[in-house]
Amino acid sequence: MTTAPAQAGWRFRQPSVIPGFGLTLGFSLAYLTLIILIPLSGLLWRSAALGWPEFWAIATDRRTINALRISFGTAFVAAAVNVVFGTLVAWVLVRYRFPGRRIVDAMVDLPFALPTAVAGIALTTLYAPNGWIGKLLMPLGIKVAYTPLGIVIALIFIGLPFVVRTVQPIMEEIDKEVEEAAATLGANRFQIITRILFPGLAPAIVTGFALAFARGVGEYGSVIFIAGNLPYKSEIAPLLIVIRLEEYNYPAATAIAAIMLALSFIMLLVVNLAQSWSRKRYG
Amino acid sequence: MEVRVANVRKEFDRFPALHDVSLDIKSGELIALLGPSGSGKTTLLRLIAGLERPTRGKIFFGDEDASHKSIQERNVGFVFQHYALFRHMTVADNIGFGLKVRHGPSRPPAQEIRRRASELLDLVQLSGLEKRYPAQLSGGQRQRVALARAMAIEPKVLLLDEPFGALDAQVRRELRRWLREIHDATGHTTVFVTHDQEEALELADRVVVMSQGRIEQVGTADDIYDTPNSPFVYGFIGESSSLPVKVENGEIWLADRPIGIAAPNEPSGDATLYFRPHDVELLDGCSGCIAGTVAASRRVAGTRRVELEIGGERQRVEIELPVDHPAAQKSRVAFRPGRWKLFPAA
Repeated sequence: MTTAPAQAGWRFRQPSVIPGFGLTLGFSLAYLTLIILIPLSGLLWRSAALGWPEFWAIATDRRTINALRISFGTAFVAAAVNVVFGTLVAWVLVRYRFPGRRIVDAMVDLPFALPTAVAGIALTTLYAPNGWIGKLLMPLGIKVAYTPLGIVIALIFIGLPFVVRTVQPIMEEIDKEVEEAAATLGANRFQIITRILFPGLAPAIVTGFALAFARGVGEYGSVIFIAGNLPYKSEIAPLLIVIRLEEYNYPAATAIAAIMLALSFIMLLVVNLAQSWSRKRYG
Repeated sequence: MEVRVANVRKEFDRFPALHDVSLDIKSGELIALLGPSGSGKTTLLRLIAGLERPTRGKIFFGDEDASHKSIQERNVGFVFQHYALFRHMTVADNIGFGLKVRHGPSRPPAQEIRRRASELLDLVQLSGLEKRYPAQLSGGQRQRVALARAMAIEPKVLLLDEPFGALDAQVRRELRRWLREIHDATGHTTVFVTHDQEEALELADRVVVMSQGRIEQVGTADDIYDTPNSPFVYGFIGESSSLPVKVENGEIWLADRPIGIAAPNEPSGDATLYFRPHDVELLDGCSGCIAGTVAASRRVAGTRRVELEIGGERQRVEIELPVDHPAAQKSRVAFRPGRWKLFPAA
């Protein structure tokens, strides 16, 4: 609250009482290079082995485009759903005290811990046309398993903790007095939520959305069981990469991967820029 | 707007925070609720605002019973100790918020809201800061914005909860004077909570001294300081010294000796004598006085504070002497309190 506005310009080194700036920065860079930078540049280098026309041919292949559209589309829808319900879950956990609250709180993390294949198999069993939930939806003409809808459901499951865990701490920090101030000024419950609480939470919600979305785009394990994997219909991009690998078609696999990488990077960059803009403004 | 608190009791989880409190606040008055932490002063303020509901009793705004009105309907301006500004809004948007959330014809047009916001900014001497965000203001400036925001809705009552508590001493003194000026200019009925007696005595028309969920005394600064009506008020407001004494035949006795003060109207029996350390008369000889050996002596600003041990019980009392008074050098000092008060021993 009392932080001064950020100083203009960059400074290479922040004065600090803790020594070891050179060591820690050096280690961080070496570590990130080994873990992230080298594998990713290897990927780009491999796909660069393709000529531009071949790369373009793979990128504009209808199967590739559909797979990318399904991956990004379902991840987007799932992240959007998680934003709404994840925020709601965080609200319930932060604002109310009820028996079993700690258990519910711990349950939120289960999708982090559970092997994704287990989640995929469990969801498929439930939502298959003869499963508990699938049986109920079938007469309504809603088919979940083996359709993009199934992918969305798997990604909602996987992405929920990302939203809850980013929004929850910010929500806990909300000053009760700010709400009371709004109430004394005549704002009703709805106005307090939309005009006071939500703008305060928006940066955290955007971060949660970005994380859930990024996780959803890359998710493989849980999706392949429920998706049915029909080319052009419910085949996700990571699966297409695996298929190309099994065909020993490495250039095609790396080309699709490079496209995914570029799209994800652009999206996360935009989200981050939006974040830092709002942080600079509201402190 | 007059505010009347009638026999209000408030419990939190069965624990009483206020016992049967009644208070009349006149229209246009500036009133301070003063007390130590846990005395219930903030609870009383929040009850008036509607941020809490009384367990029993009623609160009237004018002749209207406001006890069951919601916070929104009460139309009070509330200023919090830690400002509680909306940090994602500019200063102007903060001030205009109360008008913007109104519905229908009572909501002024956007241009009118802007005009009122900058008018209020002039009043709180922050002209030109409309476009700033709260994070870009100092503590004192934030509290001024908070006050402007509270006044924007033309409240019936202005309530301030330790408004200067988070500010440093100099800003505090400055804002104190400034609040008085604003109050005199706008004439809002104003109630503020403080634990700083200097603030309360200097600023308020009347001071309400509270302790342990009860009102101990209500009065002007003079009433409270010169004629405290309970040992608590005597001890809490200003400096005080006390001695256990006995009243017999209209005379005050300390152990086995009269101290030379007649108390014809006091009932006989054990009592506690209260007096102000600076309000004593020093004596040379001692036939009817309080005498003691000097145990400690400190220089406090323009005076010298001397601690005396008195009698066989070695009761300690403090008195104040002029810095260059010879008595400060002596090992024994005799004095008699000027203005004093007796309270029956508990």
